[in-house]
Parts: sequence; C-alpha cells; structure tokens
Amino acid sequence: MKTLPSIKVGLAFFLFLALNAIGFAQNNETDDSAAATVAATSENEDSGSSDVEEKTDDLSPGNTAWMITATALVLFMTLPGLALFYGGLVQSKNVLSVLMHCFAIACLASIIWVAVGYSLALTPGGLGDDARGWIGGKSSFFLEGLGEDSMKDDFPESVWITFQMTFAIITPALVVGAFVERMKFSAVMLFSALWLIVVYCPVCYWVWGGGWLGDAGVIDFAGGIVVHATAGASALTLAWMLKPRQGFPNNLKPPHNPGMVMTGAAMLWVGWFGFNAGSAGAANGDAGMAMLVTHLSAATASLVWMFIEWKKTGKAGLVGIVTGTIAGLATITPASGAVGPMGAIVIGACAGLVCYFACGFVKEKLGVDDSLDVAAVHGVGGIMGTLLVSYLGQTGILGGQGISQHGENGPYFTWSEQLSVQAQGCLAAIALSVVATFVIVKLVSVLTNGIRISEDDETKGLDQVEHGENGYTLN
Amino acid sequence: MKLIKSIIKPFKLEDVKDALSEIGVEGMTVLEAKGFGRQKGHTEIYRGSEYTIDFLPKVVIEIVVADELCDKVIDTVVKAAKTEKIGDGKIFVLPVEQAVRIRTGEQGEEAL
Repeated sequence: MKTLPSIKVGLAFFLFLALNAIGFAQNNETDDSAAATVAATSENEDSGSSDVEEKTDDLSPGNTAWMITATALVLFMTLPGLALFYGGLVQSKNVLSVLMHCFAIACLASIIWVAVGYSLALTPGGLGDDARGWIGGKSSFFLEGLGEDSMKDDFPESVWITFQMTFAIITPALVVGAFVERMKFSAVMLFSALWLIVVYCPVCYWVWGGGWLGDAGVIDFAGGIVVHATAGASALTLAWMLKPRQGFPNNLKPPHNPGMVMTGAAMLWVGWFGFNAGSAGAANGDAGMAMLVTHLSAATASLVWMFIEWKKTGKAGLVGIVTGTIAGLATITPASGAVGPMGAIVIGACAGLVCYFACGFVKEKLGVDDSLDVAAVHGVGGIMGTLLVSYLGQTGILGGQGISQHGENGPYFTWSEQLSVQAQGCLAAIALSVVATFVIVKLVSVLTNGIRISEDDETKGLDQVEHGENGYTLN
Repeated sequence: MKLIKSIIKPFKLEDVKDALSEIGVEGMTVLEAKGFGRQKGHTEIYRGSEYTIDFLPKVVIEIVVADELCDKVIDTVVKAAKTEKIGDGKIFVLPVEQAVRIRTGEQGEEAL
C-alpha cells in the first residue's frame, strides 16, 4: 500500500509530460511564430507595456553576468534558504519532511517550467486569439527553438528562462508553510505541480508576460502579486481545507531549531538581492536602487517587529526578528523598482507592524492553522507593498522613482489611479488562487485518497512515516 | 546493596561527581531526563503564539553501593546538589537484589 501513492504520482507526472509532448508534436508551429517567440519575450515590468518586437540587441556582458548571478542567488533562496527557514520552525520529527518538500518541489517545478510553464507564463500568443490577454502561447513548450544565441533584450534567453524558473520554484515552495507536519508527500507533489500550471503561470502572464494586468499598468516589480499574493492566498485556502495540526491552537510545540530559522532567513535576505535587483533585468541604477531599498525594508521591518514583541512580551526574540525580516522583504518586493530609500523604510515599518498582528489574526480570529504564517507574512506583505507603491512610488515622494504612465511617455497615473489597478491585480490573483487551490485540492484528494496523513502518523512524525528517515540520528 | 537514584539540576552534575569522588565513589550511571515537581515550567513566545513548557531538564545519577555507604552518599549528594531553590531534586533509595561484573563474573558486593 505504501508504494501506491508514488506510483500514482509518477504515472500522473509522466502521463502529463507525454500528453504534452504528443500534443506539441502534432501542432506544428510555423517557423515564423517560433522565431518571433524566441526573439520577442520582452515586456516592461514596471510600466506594463508589452510590445512584441524583434530585438537584435548586442549581448551585454555586464547584464548577462549580473542576471546569471541573480539567478543563482534566487535559487539559493529556496535551496537551502527557505528549506532551512521552514525546517527550523517545525518539530524535529518533521524537519526532514520540510527539507524534502522544498527540494522536491524545486526539482519538479524546474521540469514543468521548461515543459510548459515558461511558454504559458512569459511568451505571447495565447492558446487562441481570445486567450491572448489571459495566458501565454505554446510556441516555447519544451523550449523549442531555444539556442545559445537566443536573446532576451541584451542577455541570453537561456538566462532569462532560468532566472524566471527560480521564481517559479520558490512560489510553490512558499506554500509548504501552510501544510507542514500533516500533508501526504504524494499530495504535496501533485498539488504543487498542478498549482504551478494553473495559478502561477497565468498570474505571471497577466503581470509580466504581456497579459491584461501588465497592460493596465499594474506595478509588480519582482512578485508582490505573482509570488507573494498567490502563495499567501493559496496557503490560507489549503490550510483551511487541511484543518489544523494536532494541538492547535493552544498546545503547539515551539520551533525545534531557531538557529536553523535564522540561518534560513539570512540566506533569504541575501538571496533577495537577486530576487529584486535581478528583476531590473540589467546591471544598472535600477538594480542598485532595488537592492538598497530591499535591504532597508528588511532591516526596518526586523527592528519594528523586534520592538513590538519586546514591548508586548517583555523579551526580544530571534524567531520574531527574522520573521520581521521576511515580512519586510516580501512587502518591498513589488515596490522595489519604484520607491526610494526613505520610502523603503516606511514600507519596512508598515510590514513589521501589520504582519505582526496579521499572524495573530489568522490564528486566533480566523482559526486557520497556516502553520508557518505564509498568508500573514507573504500574502499580507506582498499585497500591502503592492498597494503602498501607488503612493510611495511616485516621483517626489520620499525618493520615489515613478509609477505607471499613460501611454509610452504620457502623464503619470495619479496615486489613486495606480491604487485602483494595483487593487484589481491583487483581487484577480487572490480570486484565481483561492478558487484554483480549492479545486486542485479536491482533485488531489481523490487521487491520493485524502491529502492528510492519519492521526497516528501525525504523532509519529512525517520523517519516519512518509520518508523512512530520521532528521537527527544522535547516537 | 542499595541503588541510590538522585534527580538533580543538570548544572550540578560536575559538583556531585567531584564530591562523590572524594568519598571514594568512582562509578555511576547518568541519565538525561525531564520532569517537574513544584518547580513549574515556563512560557515561550514565538510569533505572537504562547507555548507552555511544563517539563524542565534534569539529570538522574544512579549509584549502587554497599549498605554501609548509603547514608554517607546521600549526605554528599545533598550537600553538592543543593541550591536552596525549588527544583533542587530528590533522592530515592531502592534495595538491590543482585549485582554482577560482566567482565569477570564477580557477584554481590565484589561486583560494585
């Protein structure tokens, strides 16, 4: 009986790949559209215009070098940053399972990304003319046509694909925090695979791939909507459907390794320079400023959280301060291309303050066991930053660099116009996340005969029960 | 022969070991344990949630000695382990039916 889930999961995966390969081989794209796809995956992340042009820029070694580096930094955020951050927060009998979730999702997301994800998320075309604003095309399925000389602006397209892949990896990995200590591994794999395709790819396309949100002028520099809002909303939905862990809410065990949590958080902070500054797509002033504001938001949010906790509990805790760091980083993410350093400090302060109380709200008022506070930190943070950039991103406000413009060089949006499109973007992403997560969970439940492990198994711990290993063999 | 089981605060282990050494008791078995008596646990707070920790770390020292040494060992342990605060621990004495040295097969008090 134990091998059955792995067979189902493996079969589902290969069936999926095979069907796509067959479908792809049967629909021969013309050479023209393939070439256009390879050359024209360009859009302006912060102004939202999506011109499909033939770009024949010369390769910029500086930009290429930076984007390659940023890619490594963002992968480092998941492996091992997020893995360690989450791992330290759970009980020792479940630490290995969390590390496994992050690792396995990273691998799975990579394959799915190059099979269909990149094409659906970031190449124009739509699966038919009506879909053009909603989802990308299939001309880059299995990266058809990609060569060493393929370019994305002035750096190789291969680098762009990999850089974006690291985002597609970390987003489903973030959701892990909602279901730790109680979800079957087979269900984790199936859920993550489906979620990537049905939630991440469309939202990515809407904002960055030439879809309707980018066109409307939504500002999401590095993923407040695409990464944090989707992960947060989905996490909340999934945690609610899974029901709480044993002992929730008053008899929980504390984080088993705060040192591991801090190590992971530190890696996330450093890696986030790649996440935000890399989203500038170039080694330039935008990237430099993005790095600076990212750092300031992190530092400010950490301190604010620490002081709040100190005041409320009498002690300044380590797990608290690093949670503040992540809140600050998540909140600055969508705004990192538009705000100035002082604006970033304001954003960090808001992040530390609001996310602190959001954690309590989800647990106590909503009664949902979003175990590692994905919704309260990433969801709330990402959405908050997406909204705050409307005001703080304006030129003249605390060093802001400018929000969206009407037309190519037209007048700037007013902050309320910007706020309106930002809110639309958030709501759309949340709506898709919630509905799709609900449906996917129902489907996966059927395939895995329930996504939650038994009570006995939960007491024994996932490491032994799902993975046959011990997190720590001391002696 | 008596088994003297002493539950003490972990940081007192070295003091007790040294004191026992001085009265000629060289062998012992030490177990890491957790427990509580009148010394209650404490509360830890992570991310706004409170966690109540009932159990406190303790160390259990087990020694088997001849009957005549029993009172002396008890006095020594009490003196070395005492901090005069709640949670100092307890000592229990149990009778031992048999003792065997595995290497040589010696039995009874010769095995101690």
